[in-house]
Amino acid sequence: MLNSFRIPGAFARLCRRMYLEEALAAAAFAMFLLTLSAQALMAHEFKAGAIEIEHPWTRATPNGASVGAGYLVLKNEGTTPDRLVAATAEGAQKVEIHEMSMKDGVMIMRPVAGGIAVPAQGSVALKPGSYHLMLMGLKQPLKQGAMVNGTLTFEKAGTVPVQFKVESIAAQGGSDGGGHDHMTMPSGK
Amino acid sequence: MKSSKLSSGTLVALGVAAFALVAAAVVAAAPFIRPGDAGVASVASAATVGGPFRLVSSRGGALSDVDLKGKPFAIFFGFTHCPEVCPTSLWDMSEALKRLGPKGEDLKVLFVTVDPERDTPEILARYLQSFDPRIIGLSGARKDIDAVARAYRVYWRKIPTSDGDYTMDHTSLIYLMDAEGGYSGFIAYKDDAETRDRKLNALLDAKGPTG
Repeated sequence: MLNSFRIPGAFARLCRRMYLEEALAAAAFAMFLLTLSAQALMAHEFKAGAIEIEHPWTRATPNGASVGAGYLVLKNEGTTPDRLVAATAEGAQKVEIHEMSMKDGVMIMRPVAGGIAVPAQGSVALKPGSYHLMLMGLKQPLKQGAMVNGTLTFEKAGTVPVQFKVESIAAQGGSDGGGHDHMTMPSGK
Repeated sequence: MKSSKLSSGTLVALGVAAFALVAAAVVAAAPFIRPGDAGVASVASAATVGGPFRLVSSRGGALSDVDLKGKPFAIFFGFTHCPEVCPTSLWDMSEALKRLGPKGEDLKVLFVTVDPERDTPEILARYLQSFDPRIIGLSGARKDIDAVARAYRVYWRKIPTSDGDYTMDHTSLIYLMDAEGGYSGFIAYKDDAETRDRKLNALLDAKGPTG
């Protein structure tokens, strides 16, 4: 394409050099950005209309466990509120929306009636110790490193496919799956 | 639909979003609600935690408080249809046992189901294969589970979900019992590894063999 320029030699050389430099600069910049965004590339995103679905993940389950938990962050970039009302996950008989909390050392678990509101220009996190998707009737344990196909259904944005990344049994959030705050210290005495 | 990551604009946005997410996660995790330590401590320190029990072990046969006399033990309650707290507690305890090394060899760790209708000793045994082999699962008749839960001041409640299914609320504390079967303290769900180690070491130093 560069060779197809039919213009005086000096100008052509200048153009060619600029193109090369631009190409090199662009390549270098791209590398830089790739490094910068390594975290982002390890995470993954999906979209349902104006709603960004960030890093759906689940935790590897113990032997023979029939339940798991799904987590993700929903960001509504639109101007109308929406609502996460249902979900599915491959290998799970059903998925319910639950909320966990702790009170005086008691773990409290409640189904969330009517789903989870995603406010306009706002976000909501499904995370450990809080809202989560309850994967019930698992046919097989969830193995770390696997991806589980599923869907999320929003009241307005409809149903979209997502993939849940299966992180370590110790995972408590964070895209590297190793963010369990109990475990971040070295195994000293 | 998977979002495209082709343009550099998108990459920049993703990078920024990723850092924001990480930062948000750190901020969100830091003040994570302590499960009412103070309130529980006042209940737990009433020296009424613990008592006789006789349950069915995941290793086969029965296990009673009498079998545990002379060695300290840790006991906590949960169920296998538990999405977060039980597997995490079991995993944390497994890691703590690993860190204790030989010192923890005589420490019995008991995981009592509050859902004996679903958690048979066989199901507990299979579930516990994912954790430290020193952890023993205990099930039994509902009345025996109720009795041990009462003895340890453990709250549990079935919460109906859809299609006649249910999940459960339950006390998440890990009780530390001394060699006489007396209450010595507890580990809370959100205790960090250092705190867990300190509490377990204190329990073992008090009555158990020194390592």
